[in-house]
Formats: sequence, C-alpha cells, structure tokens
Amino acid sequence: MRRTTWIVRGLIGLHLVILLAGFAAPYDPAVQSRTVPFAPPARLHIVDAQGQFHLRPFVYALTPDADGEGYSEDTSSRFPVRFFTHGARYSVVPGFESDLHLFGVDAPARVSIAGTDGYGRDVFSRVLFGARVSVMAGLLATLCALVVGTALGTLAGFSGGLVDRLIMRTADVFMAVPWLYLLFAVRAALPLHIDTRAAFLLLVTVLGVIGWARPSRMIRGIVLSAKERAYVLAAQGFGAPPLYVLRRHVLPHTYGVVLTQAGLLVPQFILAEVTLSFLGLGVGEPEASLGSMLGTLQQYHVLASYWWMFAPAVALIGVAAGYHALTSFGHERARLVAS
Amino acid sequence: MRKMLIRKTLIQKTLIRTVVSTLAAVCAGILPLAAASPSAPFTRGEELLVERAAIGRPGGRLVVALRAEPRTLNPIVVTDAPSREVIGRMAADLIHINRLSQGTEPALASAWTRSKDGREYTLTLRKGVRFSDGHPFDADDVVFTFKALLDPRVGSPNRDLLIVGGKPIDVKKIDAYHVRVALAAPYAAAERLFDSLAILPRHLLEPALADGTLQDAWTMQAAAGSIAGLGPYRLKEYVAGQRLVLERNPYYWKVDASAHRLPYIDELVFQFTGSEDAQVIRFQSGESDVLSRVGADNFNLLSKTQTSRGHQLADLGPSLEYNFLFFNQNDLSGKNLPQIAAHQRWFNDVSFRRAVSLAIDRDAIVRLVFRGRGVPLWGNVTPGNRAWQNTSLPRPARSVADARAMLKAAGYSWQPDGALVDRQGQRVDFTIATSATSAARTEMATLIQADLKELGMNVRVVPLEFRALLDRVVETFDYDASILGFGGGDADPNGEMNVWLSRGTNHYWRLNQTAPATPWEAEIDRLMKQQLVTLDPRERKHLYDRVQAIIAENVPFVFLAAPHILVGARGDLANFQPSVLDPYTLWNVDQLYFKGARASGRR
Repeated sequence: MRRTTWIVRGLIGLHLVILLAGFAAPYDPAVQSRTVPFAPPARLHIVDAQGQFHLRPFVYALTPDADGEGYSEDTSSRFPVRFFTHGARYSVVPGFESDLHLFGVDAPARVSIAGTDGYGRDVFSRVLFGARVSVMAGLLATLCALVVGTALGTLAGFSGGLVDRLIMRTADVFMAVPWLYLLFAVRAALPLHIDTRAAFLLLVTVLGVIGWARPSRMIRGIVLSAKERAYVLAAQGFGAPPLYVLRRHVLPHTYGVVLTQAGLLVPQFILAEVTLSFLGLGVGEPEASLGSMLGTLQQYHVLASYWWMFAPAVALIGVAAGYHALTSFGHERARLVAS
Repeated sequence: MRKMLIRKTLIQKTLIRTVVSTLAAVCAGILPLAAASPSAPFTRGEELLVERAAIGRPGGRLVVALRAEPRTLNPIVVTDAPSREVIGRMAADLIHINRLSQGTEPALASAWTRSKDGREYTLTLRKGVRFSDGHPFDADDVVFTFKALLDPRVGSPNRDLLIVGGKPIDVKKIDAYHVRVALAAPYAAAERLFDSLAILPRHLLEPALADGTLQDAWTMQAAAGSIAGLGPYRLKEYVAGQRLVLERNPYYWKVDASAHRLPYIDELVFQFTGSEDAQVIRFQSGESDVLSRVGADNFNLLSKTQTSRGHQLADLGPSLEYNFLFFNQNDLSGKNLPQIAAHQRWFNDVSFRRAVSLAIDRDAIVRLVFRGRGVPLWGNVTPGNRAWQNTSLPRPARSVADARAMLKAAGYSWQPDGALVDRQGQRVDFTIATSATSAARTEMATLIQADLKELGMNVRVVPLEFRALLDRVVETFDYDASILGFGGGDADPNGEMNVWLSRGTNHYWRLNQTAPATPWEAEIDRLMKQQLVTLDPRERKHLYDRVQAIIAENVPFVFLAAPHILVGARGDLANFQPSVLDPYTLWNVDQLYFKGARASGRR
C-alpha cells in the first residue's frame, strides 16, 4: 500500500510539472538558437577553470568547434544558474500569461540540461511542452473512449437482444478495421493545413473513437453477469425501475474494470499519439509532441551522434511506467472491493 | 500444393546456384589466372581510345550500394536513377561530356565536324569496335539507335530532346564509319545532346523495334546473353531483391597508357538498400566500396571514423542542385480553390516575394541543414557550374528591416499583436508543403517558418508524401507554397529550358501557360530561345546571364542554397576522381582499380 501511494504521488508530481511546462522549462520550445544546433546537455560546474570552488552551480557559454561538429566551453566568464528568472512569455491557462521560469542563466550562455536539437531549440523545454500535448491527448482520449465504451457496453449488456447484437457487431467492426491506413486516407482527404488546436482535437477524437470498442465489450460482460445476480433480480422483483437498478446494483461492479482500463489506456493512447505524430499525423512544426520529437531519431546520423535526442523516449517510459503501476494498484483495489 | 512444389524447386535451384557460385569463387581465389572474361586480343585496325590516367592493376570486385532496385536494363526507356547508374556502366555514347572538365570529348565518335550554319554534324566512328558480345559496331547501329529513340511507339524520355526546331533530328549513314546528323534549326552545343545516349546493338534489337516491342525489351528478367552494349561492363547475373552483378567487357574500346585493355576491375556488384541511411551503414561496415552522394550529416558522421576505417571521403564543393521556395501563381480559374486564390494576392506581388527572399536566413540554412557543406544561392545557377554562373547577380544580405520597409511600401501593415495584414485587412497566413522524404527540405521550411515570423507572417509547414506533393504542384494546384530542388543534369543552359520557358513542364510557379503571363516571362522566353540557336559561346553566356538577372529580379523562385557533393570510397580505390556532375563517382569506373594486394576473386 505504501508503495502505491508513492507511485500516485510521483504521477501527480509528473503531471504538475507537465501542466506547468512553461514555468519548469527555461526556454520557449519553438525559439531557434541557430548558433548552437545539436549542442550536448549543458555541463553544470561548481569548480571553475582556475580551480576555484563556487557554491552556486554555473555553466559556460558554448563556442562551436572549427570543424562545425561539437562545441567547446568558453571558460572566460561564468554564468551562474539562477532561480525564478524572467524569460520567454508563456500561458499556463488561456488568459493567464507569465514570464517567470523556475531556473535559467543570463544570455548569451544557455542552460540546456537535455541539449538542443538541430535548430538549437532546447530539448528539455520541448520534452515538457511535448509531454503536455501527448499526455493531454492520452488522458482526453481515454476519457472519451471510456465514457463511450461504458455507456454503450452497459446499454448492450443491460438491454440485450437486438440492441446488444447491434452494438457488439459494431464494436467488432471497429476492432477489425486497419486504422493506420484509414488514418492516412483521412489525413490525405483533409485540407492541407490544420491548425494545431484542430489537429490536437482530431487526434483525441480519432484515438477515442478507435478505443471505445474493447472497454465496451468488457463492461458488457460484467453487466451481463451482474444483472443475473439474485439481489438484482430481487430488486427488480420489488419493482425497482431499470435506471435505479443500473445505478445502484449493476454499475458499481464495473468501477474496478473502468479504473484498470483507464490505467492501461492512457499509456497506450500516449503511445498511439507517438505513432501518429511519428507518421506526420499529429501536431506540426514548430509545436512539439513526444511523437514528433522521436520522429527525428529516424535519421541515422541523429541516432548515432546525438544521444540526448532520446530524452523524449525517457520521458515516455517514465509516464507509461507510472500508469502501469497505477493499473496494478487499481487491480489490487478491485480485488479488495470484490472480496 | 503446386505453389509449394514450385517454391521448393526454386529453393533447390538457388541452393545449387549458391553452391556453384561459391565453388567458382573459391576456384577463382586459388587460381587467380582463371579470372572472369579475359581481354580479347587486339585486332588489326582497331581504333582504341588511350586513357591517360595512372596505370592500374587489374582484378578485384567493386561493391556499390544503390538506394533502390533498378527497374529496367533498357537504356532507351530508363528514367529512374538506380537503373541509369547500372545501365551507364554497360553503355557508351558517341560524344561524351567529361565529368571533370564539363566539356565534350570524343567517345565512340573519334571526331566530328560542324557545318558553318550549325545545322549539320558529321561524325567519324571508331573502327574495329565490338559490342560486349563480340559483334562489330558500325554506322548502322548508330542509325538504328536514333531511329529507336525517335520512334513514338517506344516513347523514349529523350525523344523531346532530339526534336530541334520542331523536327526530329535526321541521322544518315554516309559509309560504315561516318554518319551525318542534320538539324532543322541551328542548335547551340548540339554535340552535348549525344552524351549519355547509349548506342544500341542493331543485331539484337532490330526485330523488337520492327514489332513495336522495343520498349519492353531488356527488362530486369532478360538473360545476360540477350543484352550487349559498348560500355566497360556487361551483365553477368541479376538476383531480384539482392544484387546485380556486371563483369568486365572483354571487347571494351579503351586502353591505358601501357596498352592494357580497360577496365581493371573484374566485377561490379550492385546491392539494393532502402535509403541513404542504409547505404551509409553498409559503407561504414565495409560491405560496400563506394558511396555516391550523401547528406552532410552522414558525411560528418563518416569523417569521424575516416582514418580508423580507411575511407577516402571527398567534399567536391557546390553541386548544380538548387533548392528553392516558390509560391503558387497558377491560373486558378476553373478550379474551386477560393482560399488559395485569395492568397495569390500576395503571391503574385513581386514586392511580397522579394521581401520573403530578403528575410530568409540563407546562411542558417547552409549551417544547420547542410552543416556548412553548402552555399547560399540568389540565382538558379550554382557556383558548381563554373562556365555559366552569372557572378554579378546581387546577393543582398538578410535584412528583416528592409523586408518590412518593402512590405510597408507595398501597402501591408501590422496589427498590434505583430501579425502582418494586407491592404484588405487579411492576415498573411500560408502553408509550405514539403516532401516528407527529404529531411533537408523540411528543415529548410522550418527555418523559413521562423524567419518569416519576424515579418509577422504565419507560416505552417506540412510534410507530404512526395507523390502527393507533386500531384498538388503539377495537377491540382492545391497548395500555397512549396520547397523543391532542381539540377543535377547537364551544366548547359539547354537543360534548363523546361524550367524557364513559360510553357515548360517544370515552370512550376505557373504551369500550362498558352502565352507568357508577364512581360518578363516573355523576355525570358525570347532570350532562352535565342541562346538555343546562338552558336557563339560568349554570346550565349551573355544571353543566359541576362536570363539569370531577370529571374533574380522577379523572384519566381526564392533560391535558398546548393548542397555540396559529398562522396566516399574505400581508401585503396585508386583513380577515384569524383565529379559534381551525375554520376558522381562511377563515371570513370573503367579506370578505377584497387591498390595493394587485392587480387581478383578475393572476397
């Protein structure tokens, strides 16, 4: 039990960081610093070139090497890391803007703790903003899939007969369709430009629409078995209206499954967003998402030379692992409830 | 069941073949004297061409990784680059463009003369030359080749090139070793037309031409014995999906200074990979010997291990390829594209295009996209084309302030949030479509997106599958702007005719013109047509300089940058003299040889 609470706390913390990406990230994720493409992660020093110790960590500015590959540190002046600095403007929620950042250094030095990409954009900031898009898409799509799945599953299981067959055959069709190819066709049919917000909503809708079938089948099964229980039949015998029976006696059985499904679907949908963005079906440049960031790893030279470009993969593993842990937590709870 | 049986026999056959070829390789290794296809003895009166390159050692096998599988072995209908790469090694032309000097030189025609009016060429053919199957070559083969090239049933992509002044060129046999080529109109640098036009064996292909089936001859499935050419190599075997092997042509018509019949290397093996990255990985691991043209990122990656792996890498400087941004200025009447038609208010405005050009950070493109291995461009002729570049074109440095002033003078203004609006109050907001397969061009678009944001333009970048992109650009016109690249063909301006003539098929910013849409396009038409019939090279250069200046002034294409040609080869490959003209590395394959102890049949 202790372990699981820590997982939940960690997950909440992670989401807070992602939600407050603008504050936690030192830079604007779209701004290019063209003098420092593919700069490695900034090295934090506490001992300077003269061998002197400094309590406050600092970085040096980078100068590109003569061969155009790699950088060396200009040790002539130190740039201490400061907290609560003012920098690029960002909005936390629409209407509330700020320029306060958790940390930063004075220009011209940069504190890119996860390096920069091919345009000199800060990878750490991009991971945070990208995770915001990816995780948000995963959560919203899960919500969408579970609401639709639960509603249709309950309807099918509870009413039975033609309605049941109709809904379940539709679910079968949805599970059988090769979505990836269909999505390519859909993308080709859409207008050339979709603005970022529309692309995001499209992504969520697509994932939700694809994802309702599986949970709805599970919920239907539970509803089917629940509605045959003696106390449900008894309640009906006493004349309880169907909606009351559903709410009071049947649906509570599905909560465990819904929770478990949520824990499974969120990382699954985040990964689906990655796949779609990887294939160019997600948000476009200069906006970041974990998927579009991983897309650059398709290039051999990036894969071979710039290890810090794997940062989005690390973030992805962290988020997915957190949700999977949450799922097992949900399992335990469900078992407890059942017993 | 039947299917399984067939597959079984196939497996058995391949197994047997593998065993046999392994045995053969082993035998060849033990007995280097029994190397494949020993040179044919010289015959009396055989007019050989003596190459002056360093004298090499015979033997060995050169492995080349192609990006894709060749589609045909038929030189007359070939369009794709991998097929051209293979066929080019098996075929020879009458007059050749030297890839280093970019000038013409004798090949199968040992000499040629031009009549005073420039409408008639007399070519003297080399005597005693034989095809790779031993059959002699003469004027009949030349006449046959041109008949095939001009036959509309064959549908050769080179056919249009050979129609001069509205009439097909006329090739007549004078005697066995002389042909006369007559043109309906004077044609500048007509001898360059002969480059890369493979001479076909009449004795093998005449029936196919008569039946109208020449275009279907020499497919990838053709037997090695049914194909013959005049190039340094001939077909040995083709294993679909795996490799294509060429062996040296024992009758080749070039010798080195010590009268040794070329080529030196016994076998040329082409392997098929899927992508540039796969080519690089094979080269890096030593599975292939030559790397024709890679991107700067991969080149830098290879240069890190250059000494430890013993590679020779070469940065040959600017290529002829020019990358450009262009706006959709097509006539959209009759198409239902109201949004794009509204955007054309800006695209048709030369001040708008000039402002865009002025705001683009070309140095950043060179630095970030080509890792410094490229040059910024302000015109269509790159510094790689030494003879034809107009060096006096203005090269304005990037200036956002000047660009903003230009837009302001043209009636544009800015909203409080910094967004640019036109006279009608519409926000300037458009999409750049790029090819998803070209990382470089998508990167350029992303840089331009940030550059133009400083002008208040909202630009979106949409990478599309290449065919989908091309369909929008040439068919539906459903796009705002795009980034493409041209070049890589001949250095001569005649190769650019279809881009700059207002009716040209690559006149992408405004296609399907019946009459020039603007006075300056009419002027380019006039100049390009005039240079085509001008025989004095200096006068031609003068005319083409003017064309370049008009293009730079009116910015139909916003030129961005030209990448360098970057190639590599094994360290022990000698006479390796890559060029900025296609084919970059294998153009002198007949002179390549392996230094050191690499005897024939090893590997």
